[in-house]
Amino acid sequence: MLAKRILPCLDVAAGRVVKGRRFQSLRDQGDPVLLARRYADEGADELVFLDIEASLQGRGTMVDLVSRVARELFIPLTVGGGIRSESDIRLLLRAGADKVAIQSAAVGDPELVQLAATSFGSQCVVVAIDARRHQQGWEVFTHGARRPTGLDAVSWAHEVERRGAGELLVTSIDQDGVRGGYDVELTRAISDTVQIPVIASGGAGTPDDLLEVLTVGHADAALAASIFHSGDWTVAAVKERLHAQGVAVRL
Amino acid sequence: MIGVIDYGGGNLASVGHALDRLGVEWALVRRARDLDRVQSVVFPGVGSAGAAMSRLRAAGLDVALAGYLRSGRPYLGICLGLQLLFEESSEDGSPCLGVLAGRVVRLVTPEKVPHVGWNTIEVAAAGGALEGLAGEAFYFTHSYVVQPVSPQVVAARTIHGLPFVSAVAAGPILGVQFHPERSGGAGLRLLAIFSASNPRALADAG
Repeated sequence: MLAKRILPCLDVAAGRVVKGRRFQSLRDQGDPVLLARRYADEGADELVFLDIEASLQGRGTMVDLVSRVARELFIPLTVGGGIRSESDIRLLLRAGADKVAIQSAAVGDPELVQLAATSFGSQCVVVAIDARRHQQGWEVFTHGARRPTGLDAVSWAHEVERRGAGELLVTSIDQDGVRGGYDVELTRAISDTVQIPVIASGGAGTPDDLLEVLTVGHADAALAASIFHSGDWTVAAVKERLHAQGVAVRL
Repeated sequence: MIGVIDYGGGNLASVGHALDRLGVEWALVRRARDLDRVQSVVFPGVGSAGAAMSRLRAAGLDVALAGYLRSGRPYLGICLGLQLLFEESSEDGSPCLGVLAGRVVRLVTPEKVPHVGWNTIEVAAAGGALEGLAGEAFYFTHSYVVQPVSPQVVAARTIHGLPFVSAVAAGPILGVQFHPERSGGAGLRLLAIFSASNPRALADAG
């Protein structure tokens, strides 16, 4: 039986792991390679690196980081942040990334999703959707949650699936870094609309938050950052709690 | 020396890193004559069968690989490297290497497709090489599965809503649908078992 996945996420800026709240007020959380090693040892199912500066200089740092981590850790690595072209994708896959997460560029140029799926296979194309709750439904935002797009998140999810995305990484802007629980309704609305796996992101504060989004929210995987960076919970402890509550996880 | 097939489409970095970790000597195989220098072959592949086959053909590797596979030397096919062993893929109607009888078909399941993540294997009759790995979880990411004509080549099955063939074995040929190079300790163990099935690789590893 396919296990629900737990994905620690490392937001990287200037070669350091940082974490903000609702995409603001970043704080230093440590060395990415050390943290990656710790999470892999604790049983992380995959690791996600997001380059939150996404500058030219940041890109070089990220390629170097991916290459160092891929040499040492033998679990899947997803890299996102500022990916705009086929050549960006090729560079990261060559460095050892297994998947890339495309976000703003997918909105600006939806054909990039198709191009990436055709050239490298859908299995490495994750489309990241940052969504903010409205009175009815959720709107897609880009550029670090600063730019509204007018796109409905559920329709957009369906659209990128049609274009060849292999997975979706759905982040609730409202819940990001707040540690008050995922937006379970958002996750479920998207997961029930598409056939491809959905990774829920934004809001994990306790193992019960992961439990809720993986069960009630129909998520296939749960991404979390602060809950692990803070040291309050190890990946292993979270997985044991999930296992005890009947969720299939890899122990 | 293990030859790692480079047809210009696969993600080779992680397989290379895993073999490095095991202390196994390996080299890329890009042309037919590169196969003469290796004692065993790992074929890691992703993407569609048709694209991979046309690239193999362009490099003259399709005929050379089929010849290699009939030569009795060890082969480990990963994901697409497993699927290409069969006769045809329904993904794009592409003919494959045709070393094993059967087809590659879309995964039929009430669950989500692609099948992405960690799942366990149940070792079947032909799974001698996988003994000791029964019940271990490996990382999968695929939408297509192999359908061998002969049940005697089935080395492992995995359940994703419904059971599918997740590994095949026929003599020195082993094919796995999952990615040992991305499957942590269990994956490294499988690669070590395969490397050890090649005496020269063991000697190289010291």
